Amino acid sequence: MDLFLLVIGSIFVNNILLAQYLGNCPFCGVSKKLGPAIGMGVAVIFVSTLASIFTWIVYHYLLEPQGLEYLKTLVFILVIAALVQFVEIFIKKQSKGLYDSLGIFLPLITTNCAVMGIALLNIKHGFDFVEMIVFSASSAAGFALAILLFASVRERLFISSVPVAMRGTAIALVTAGVMSLAFMGFAGMTN
Amino acid sequence: MLIPAMILGGIAVIAAVGLGVAARVFYVEEDPRIKGILDLLPGANCGGCGMAGCSACAAAIVEGKAEVNACVVGQTEVARDIAAFMGMEMQDNEPQVACPDCQGGARATRKYEYGGFDDCRAAMLFYHGPLMCDHGCLGLGTCVRACQFGAITMGDAGLPIFDPARCVGCGACVRACPKGIISIISETTKILHWNRYSECLAPCRQKCPAQVNVPKYIEHIKNGEFELALLTVKENNPLPLSTGRVCPEPCSLACRRQIEDEPVAINYLKRFAADYEMNSGKRLHVPVAPETGKKVTVVGGGPAGLSAAYYLRRLGHSVTLFEQMPDLGGMLRYGIPEYRLPKAILDWDIQGILDLGVKVRTGVSLGRDFTLDFLRAEGADAIFLAVGAWRDRELGLAEIKPDGVISGIKFLELFQEDPLTRVKGHAIVIGGGNTAIDAARTSLRAGAESVTIVYRRSRDEMPANPVEIVAAEEEGIQFRFLCAPNRFITEGDNLAGLEVLGMKLGEPDSDGRRRPFPVKGTEEVIPCELLVEAVGQMPDLDFLEKDGMPTLPTTRWNTIDAKEETLQTDVPYIFTGGDCFTGPGLMVEAISAGRFVARSIHYYMTEGEIPPIEQRQTGLVPESIFDSLVGVLPRPKVHEPVVSLEDRLGTFKEVEGTIDEEDARYEARRCLNCGTYCYDQELEAERAEDAESIAG
Repeated sequence: MDLFLLVIGSIFVNNILLAQYLGNCPFCGVSKKLGPAIGMGVAVIFVSTLASIFTWIVYHYLLEPQGLEYLKTLVFILVIAALVQFVEIFIKKQSKGLYDSLGIFLPLITTNCAVMGIALLNIKHGFDFVEMIVFSASSAAGFALAILLFASVRERLFISSVPVAMRGTAIALVTAGVMSLAFMGFAGMTN
Repeated sequence: MLIPAMILGGIAVIAAVGLGVAARVFYVEEDPRIKGILDLLPGANCGGCGMAGCSACAAAIVEGKAEVNACVVGQTEVARDIAAFMGMEMQDNEPQVACPDCQGGARATRKYEYGGFDDCRAAMLFYHGPLMCDHGCLGLGTCVRACQFGAITMGDAGLPIFDPARCVGCGACVRACPKGIISIISETTKILHWNRYSECLAPCRQKCPAQVNVPKYIEHIKNGEFELALLTVKENNPLPLSTGRVCPEPCSLACRRQIEDEPVAINYLKRFAADYEMNSGKRLHVPVAPETGKKVTVVGGGPAGLSAAYYLRRLGHSVTLFEQMPDLGGMLRYGIPEYRLPKAILDWDIQGILDLGVKVRTGVSLGRDFTLDFLRAEGADAIFLAVGAWRDRELGLAEIKPDGVISGIKFLELFQEDPLTRVKGHAIVIGGGNTAIDAARTSLRAGAESVTIVYRRSRDEMPANPVEIVAAEEEGIQFRFLCAPNRFITEGDNLAGLEVLGMKLGEPDSDGRRRPFPVKGTEEVIPCELLVEAVGQMPDLDFLEKDGMPTLPTTRWNTIDAKEETLQTDVPYIFTGGDCFTGPGLMVEAISAGRFVARSIHYYMTEGEIPPIEQRQTGLVPESIFDSLVGVLPRPKVHEPVVSLEDRLGTFKEVEGTIDEEDARYEARRCLNCGTYCYDQELEAERAEDAESIAG
């Protein structure tokens, strides 16, 4: 039951994008069309789950025993960057189809603060291994849901008449704000 | 301090080593050709090819998912380079160019003053824009800004002007235009298109057998864009210099300007535009579609054959032209005298067609030197028979003709073979068509003491061009109307005179011409030493009797029979058109037949079936119901410079000259630009006054 609440909480209530506002760059950059947005969402789920596993292990078995918790931000950046690069090289060789669909998003994720944020939140909340995996995957799923909804809205915006001054990123940010307000309706449903 | 640094450094080293090893172990060999092609592409990353940037395009070309000509920006040159790089043969990319569909510009009435944001799409949001006309261009220039290649400029008339040389056919303007009046049209589409009733067409454009877009080229001349004007003519007429000289302008008969004063001198304007190119000495580029690998043989190098060869070549087919005479041009060369159409000028027109890559064999005659079966065996996918109408009709006055009697076409041919041919004494020409007038004016120039034209009906019934009749009268040629030849008067073997009989006109016959009847007791002898029979021509179809010819049905007028709507004969791969199908007609009709048959042959060879033209326009729209045009001030038409009478006689100097640029632009302003959806009476009146003050 706790895990179910964790899933609901991390997808809707504490949506990593709309409630905590992490991962804003791909959210604005890759949300003009639905197709790439889906690709981005899937890539984030994949990478953030993998990155969380590695950072959790590094934190609990390397940094904590040495009392070096304060180094976690620096170390996580290093670990995530190396990991993403490795994953890219690996799937380019092993799975051409997956690479073609995820390929161009992987380098973008290297610097995605949502992935970093999830890794750090795992530590902050003191999750055990299972909780960590569930939280990471569902938080990333929340990101995917948000970017998917947002891309759909932007596709509609593209064909409607927007005042010149508001075109492009300006109207996108306003839209994101309105969506964020809508997600506030979930607040308080879980702890 | 040491431990944290070591851990951090250790992780970094492990990551670096891990990545280094991974890069080796999981190394994927990338095709070096991708980078090579990327260097050849223009690097605009415009997405015009439909792929995500130039690198994706390069990868697609290497994988064979895209053609070498995928890049719309680079067009032919880049495609050729890439093809060479890939070791492939070049597939030519047919250029596609943006064309506006509105000629109205500032003419449409305004619903309200628009002072908003300077963008058509913004203006469009308010009740579909400030124009009364739903169709028309708003003129705020959104397309100009959308074009990344600087191919669009805003003209004086408030309409965008497209530069075909710069347009790459990317379609950015099409997407930007909220009115949807810009379309990307390939040359093939234009060649295959025939007028439809569903289109809004100016009367001149409906009347012209070749369907030349008259208002458009006049508009170009008005704006001083003479090259664009000529390219517009060439879309439907590959022989503009010759047409500009000999065409009797059926289009001007339909000109709405006649309601107020005289028709626009359309043919003078065409001649001006065509001469402009010739005098510049540089030929305008005419695009040719990629090779289709189909072979067509055209038999007959007259206007119909030349026109068909021109359009079939432009559609990408391989064309070979067979001509029985030593030079191309058919009746234009051998039937029209030098003073009307100088042969050097005809040569320039013909060379323009041959330059597209048409192969020619002259001096070979169908039936004598080759057969249709031979052409088929040689690999022709289709054959176009355009043998013309070269056999003279005869009066049958005597079984054996006395010396001094010659038929019209033979007579005119003599002067093409030897321009210094002379004639002596009095000459009589029988007939009322253009050949008769040509023969009369030619004999006058060749030294005849006097020339009389004998015609059995009255002047009103003469089928010759009115301009030609007037010119003949000016030159002192006598006319004997209502007068029919009865018998030759001979002295030994030589001709001494012609006995003629007076005629009277009766009821109109099936042609609508009044049939003449002889009046008894009116015999009279006109003395003469030369008599030219120019009483009509018909096709010479003797070759059909020879061996090695498929059976082709003929009509009772001795023409080849074919289906009216396709010009295809009973033998599917043989097509016909021009004079040998219709009987003797105008040059512009032959040109029209050439393009029409090119359409049929194109569909026959590529698709096997020839689709009918839906709603094909054949008749004219009804005449205007107005007896005056508000806002149109009467202004006289310009006149071509003409050589003086003294200079005409005894030489074959071209009689009519070309109007100058000032006159051309004045005349172009007389065009009412019919066939547009919008018309603002008040604005038109203002513009007419402005033009008047400028001109006057």
